[in-house]
Amino acid sequence: MSKEELEILALSLKVALWSVALSLPLALFIAHLLARRQFPGKSLLDAVVHLPLVLPPVVIGYFLLILLGRRGPLGELLEQWFGIVVAFRWTGAAVACAVMGFPLMVRAMRLSIEAIDPRLEAAAQTLGAGRIGVFLTVTLPLALPGILTGALLSFARSLGEFGATITFVSNIPGETQTLPLAIYALTQAPGGDAAAMRLCVISVTLSLAALLLSEMMVRRATQRVMGREAGQAAGA
Amino acid sequence: MMLRVALQHTQGGFHLDAAFNMDGGVTAIFGRSGSGKTTLVNAIAGLLRLQHGRISFNDEVLFDADCGIYVPPQARRFGYVFQEGRLFPHLTVKHNLLFSNIFLSDKATAAEFDRIVGLLGLESLLERRPGALSGGEKQRVAIGRALLARPRLLLLDEPLAALDTQRKSEILRYLELLRDEFAVPMLYVSHAVEEVVRLAGNVVLLSEGKVEACGPTADVMSDAALRPLTGRYEGGAVIDAQVVAHDLQYGLAELKFAGGSLYVADLDALPGESVRVRIRARDVALALDRPTGTTFRNMLPCRVADIADGAGSMAEVTLDAGGSTIVARITRHSRDELRLEPGMPVYALIKAIALDRHAVGYA
Repeated sequence: MSKEELEILALSLKVALWSVALSLPLALFIAHLLARRQFPGKSLLDAVVHLPLVLPPVVIGYFLLILLGRRGPLGELLEQWFGIVVAFRWTGAAVACAVMGFPLMVRAMRLSIEAIDPRLEAAAQTLGAGRIGVFLTVTLPLALPGILTGALLSFARSLGEFGATITFVSNIPGETQTLPLAIYALTQAPGGDAAAMRLCVISVTLSLAALLLSEMMVRRATQRVMGREAGQAAGA
Repeated sequence: MMLRVALQHTQGGFHLDAAFNMDGGVTAIFGRSGSGKTTLVNAIAGLLRLQHGRISFNDEVLFDADCGIYVPPQARRFGYVFQEGRLFPHLTVKHNLLFSNIFLSDKATAAEFDRIVGLLGLESLLERRPGALSGGEKQRVAIGRALLARPRLLLLDEPLAALDTQRKSEILRYLELLRDEFAVPMLYVSHAVEEVVRLAGNVVLLSEGKVEACGPTADVMSDAALRPLTGRYEGGAVIDAQVVAHDLQYGLAELKFAGGSLYVADLDALPGESVRVRIRARDVALALDRPTGTTFRNMLPCRVADIADGAGSMAEVTLDAGGSTIVARITRHSRDELRLEPGMPVYALIKAIALDRHAVGYA
């Protein structure tokens, strides 16, 4: 791999990792809310969470630009209070990827929390655990395979994110140009076919590795949580 | 200790309206499935918040619907052994047992841990996961886990219902052991007469959400008026008695009660101990004169108190044996042949074999 290719790869991984780190706590909170609580507006929240899955990515990117751009309502606050600028920076790419991967993450986590027998949580209460104690000692460890699945789905989604990213933070080499954006740029330039193909191979390899790793991790986690047999069943 | 419960709740077509008090020892909540037992015990544990009523433990109010008081389960310090064990699948047996230590300030000590593990025979299971345990082992771990939280009261909701007969009697023995070794009061929910008689000194009889009777086990279980509720399948009577002597050669124990002596097979109780004996109605035969040349070890002079027609060809004869009640289930044919009438003196005949270890509970 050339130096430029390595840089692109490193940036893509950085953006994807940060997007997962950024969205994981909120996704877990919302997944728990949707799985375990009844409240007015629950369907609306569910629908909003799923929006990035059905909207054109360009629309999400444009919303983010309006909201988080330097003169956007949120963007201005971020800059004034924390000195953080996300527009046209790699951090903005991470935000765009986080939003796009959010529904996948919430969905996987919600399913795994819903699969936990609430009677186990009740049993924990009778043993002295409060609400937070139950979450940390029963819900969280039992949902671990689903949390991992959600994180890895969102990670893989981030590696492939294109539309929202290019709309929000543009295509700046070395700052916001992740793998898909670089491939797109190369295909638009005359004589870039060979270089584009090299990046495509890297992209496929990376995605494949991520998926294999995720399967292995989920199997391990399930084994840890449920015992060996369940882990094998989950891996099959 | 004193637990006072008075609760009302309506859900769908079901109406619960139950009030009872319990002090130390083992109290059973006895009733058929659907009678509201589990709802009641879940409300006591704090897992269910019912519409109306009040629950207090000693001087502490745990729930009062009118005053808006509701102490959450984690603050009640009541242990709970569930029907299905509910062990945490992601933790080893050891960590299941020590689960409450994470949250309690007055943790169980290492000595207490060793004692409970030893009593319940869990030493060899400590490193295993619940998925690798049998039903009986799971329930033993669940009991240990609840005890290690140092509960003020132990709630047990049909802890034997999911087990086969052999495991049932195994766990029952452990429960008897714990009742005698620890001073933890127990509230034991069950629909099985045998378990109630063996474990509980007092019974709360629940039927369709209402407390039909409440009192010492022998009184409630022998009450003729309650027989449709207590004895539909296993009709009989329960008497309080005392162990007087053992015949080691033949493995028979002699018990004394108000109505005379009873011989019981294979009982491991010491002379002087108080016991409850359940005598099933179908194990009792009647004779007008004291028979000779028979294998019946128990021949008790009684007086016929009441005769009622049972289902089908049966008749149920209630007998007064020196103040204790015994019930005999005979055919209507026999009743007419012997011309049984209330007030008649008769002999109740019971095989010693019919009264074995499973029919006797320690008071």
